[in-house]
Amino acid sequence: MTEYRGWIHQRQKELMQRWYARLDESARTGWPPAICLMISGNCVELLEAFGIVPIYPEVNALQLAIRHQSLEPILAAEELGYATDNCAYVKADIGAYLMGLTPSGGRLPRPTLVLCNFVGCNTYIKWFEHVAALLDAPLYVLDVPFLRGEEPSPADIAYVVAQLKELVQRIEALTGVRFDLDRFREAVRCSQRVEALWSRIKHLARREPSPFDAYFDAITLMGPLYVYRATPEGVEFFERALAELEAKAARGEGVYECERFRVVVEGPPPYPYFRAFRDMFARWRATAVASTYSTVGGIWEFGFRHDPDRPFETVALHMLAHNLTNRNYLQRYDQIRRYVEDWRADGVIIHFVKSCRLFSAGQGDMRDYLTKVLGVPTLYIESDLEDPRYFAEAQIRNRVDAFFEALERQKRAGRRMIAV
Amino acid sequence: MEELIRRCEEIVRDVSFPTVRRWKAEHPQGKAIAYFPVYAPVEVIAAAGMLPVGLRGAGDRLEIQHADARFGSFICSIVKTTLELGLTGHLAPFDGVLFSSICDSARNLCFVLKRNFPELYVDFLHLPHNPESASSRAFLRSEYARLKAELERLAGRRIEEERIREMIARYNENRRLIRALYEWRAEEPHRIRAWELYVLVRAGDVLPVEEHTALLREAREGFARRQVKPRDSIRVILESAFCEQPPLGVIRLLEDAGCYIVDEDLTLGRRWFREDVPVNGDPLQALAESYLDRSVASSVRHDWRYPRFRALLQKVRARRAQAVIFLIAKFCEPAYFDYVLFKRELERAGIPHLLLEFEEKMYTFERLQTEVETFVESLLFD
Ligand code: SF4
Ligand code: SF4
Repeated sequence: MTEYRGWIHQRQKELMQRWYARLDESARTGWPPAICLMISGNCVELLEAFGIVPIYPEVNALQLAIRHQSLEPILAAEELGYATDNCAYVKADIGAYLMGLTPSGGRLPRPTLVLCNFVGCNTYIKWFEHVAALLDAPLYVLDVPFLRGEEPSPADIAYVVAQLKELVQRIEALTGVRFDLDRFREAVRCSQRVEALWSRIKHLARREPSPFDAYFDAITLMGPLYVYRATPEGVEFFERALAELEAKAARGEGVYECERFRVVVEGPPPYPYFRAFRDMFARWRATAVASTYSTVGGIWEFGFRHDPDRPFETVALHMLAHNLTNRNYLQRYDQIRRYVEDWRADGVIIHFVKSCRLFSAGQGDMRDYLTKVLGVPTLYIESDLEDPRYFAEAQIRNRVDAFFEALERQKRAGRRMIAV
Repeated sequence: MEELIRRCEEIVRDVSFPTVRRWKAEHPQGKAIAYFPVYAPVEVIAAAGMLPVGLRGAGDRLEIQHADARFGSFICSIVKTTLELGLTGHLAPFDGVLFSSICDSARNLCFVLKRNFPELYVDFLHLPHNPESASSRAFLRSEYARLKAELERLAGRRIEEERIREMIARYNENRRLIRALYEWRAEEPHRIRAWELYVLVRAGDVLPVEEHTALLREAREGFARRQVKPRDSIRVILESAFCEQPPLGVIRLLEDAGCYIVDEDLTLGRRWFREDVPVNGDPLQALAESYLDRSVASSVRHDWRYPRFRALLQKVRARRAQAVIFLIAKFCEPAYFDYVLFKRELERAGIPHLLLEFEEKMYTFERLQTEVETFVESLLFD
């Protein structure tokens, strides 16, 4: 076993199982109400204020892929009319609905509301329109203006806050539960705590060696981060996770006995081949010290926090400006640059995923920027995050090997290499 | 008449933008602002004394040499040809390029262009996806005000409200003429061929509005004078090619294979509103409200008050169409997605449909032709 496995993994599993159990309960008894929403810049705090359990179709889709169960639902969706070139997350999710397949084996409730927090990805709207149409459930599109400038404008913030307040009324009407501002503040306070802890965890990866892998291990932590962020369980989980990783760092332990390379990873992982993919990097004892994928739900390592004194406004700010997907492409280049510099990485891995234009459209230009403007060694590989048909294992391994071989040679010679 | 259509075809095909260059030569201080499909508030641009120009990719007139390395696999062609136009100097007549929230590929292209062409004014308009919320109107108004301020900075002068109202009136007139031609074509599809109407309307992407309006009038006279007989064709609606454009040959092929195209969304951006934009009151407010409440249904605009699949069915009925042909640009994700619910709706209503895929660059149409002919035959001899 190359990677760290301990309390964090155990507890993470328990928490996720408990989440699925709650969803199953909701399906069986109709309570608590459940609402579908997207991971990106999610406003789970608002749901928590109502005691509503979130359904994250993206998490369901990735769970299916990791368990090698994604192909069948994808084919079922294609049968219905989806194209080979549609995002496979959507296809796996819709296909699974059609087949009655769930990652836990339990039931998933019919959502009280399909809440499309439109944060960056256009596919979200299409996806949730389809979910609403197929399940005959109400839809609310929370339209978050894309970050066109450096910061959101007062009009952007006002627009999102106005919609959040409308959403509150909508949820009240649908569930019969009264909105409780104190409960909302409490949820936001929990998020604020979790975000501070999560940020400290991310900054631990600046140590050499890094005590955890900020791509592969970060994914383990992302489940609790999105499902439990606004709860006391979330706070407790991240407190202990931080303590464990800090202790590891204090002992000077890295992910591997000897950390040979430090990389930044851009793009989602190939979930159907998660293990195989991880091993390609483990062979080289290459640790991801930062990743853009782990910031889809929120970017907290640069200081943003929810604030219980301004709950609506900070939920809006989080959706608008402090997550990867709603920030523009050049801001992503800059995010990677900061990681390379401040987390002291040797190179960048760009994983192009066919499904996802939000991530991938333009990654060739990104590579051009990284190699030509920044002079950072960059590896570019292609596969998919959900569809197992697009993973050319031998070919990817060869490219990964060639990259690290070259990186090693250059490191020894004290020169920098650029692109593979 | 044939001469006029030929001229439009030439204008549409020329990726060196001769009409834009000519306009700039005639207006030495004037700026040209290009916009990526589908819609842009052209009135605000024109009110700044600038020429709004609709970009439509490069069709088969440009070899992609540089853009592939930037955009890779699984990305539609118009994104690549637009970047290629830039990298090969074809966008030189333009001072700015506008994008809006239509899809992820186009949005990323916006920022890639921005990095590669720092001298260009490149901007992204967030056109709201939640018209159900009253707040979307105030938001869009502020977005248009932001655009106006940017254009004022670029032009070095203020844009008067009165001027915007004037432009709204001119574009209203232009759109009214186009709508009327579409109505007429649906009544007498043998009189106005789809590819003719297409190049005629598309010429409006690159011409000043007054000039285009005059062209439309001239064409209207020409069509009226024509002596033509009805053909033996089925009435179809062409859907899904609202952004990247099929080769003209594909449109001709559909007609030759026995289709009367009684409506399509190829030039949707040129007749974006179902009715006139109000010309009194605050013009930015009028444009914003019109976008949210008077727009046509489109795969790039989301409005669950009136889902697009219902709008398509309504269009089929209003145009008395017998079938729908989906003409989807390869890798166009919004079109692929919408197809699923469109298909479901049409099948429930018992309306036949056919799915075709195209690319900007297509040199052989045989396979398409066979598919269309088989489809048409199955309907004609049903
Ligand atoms: S396109 Fe990308 S961001 Fe959007 S739903 Fe698919 S995987 Fe997620
Ligand atoms: S053709 Fe489709 S995918 Fe391509 S830019 Fe246009 S809307 Fe986006």
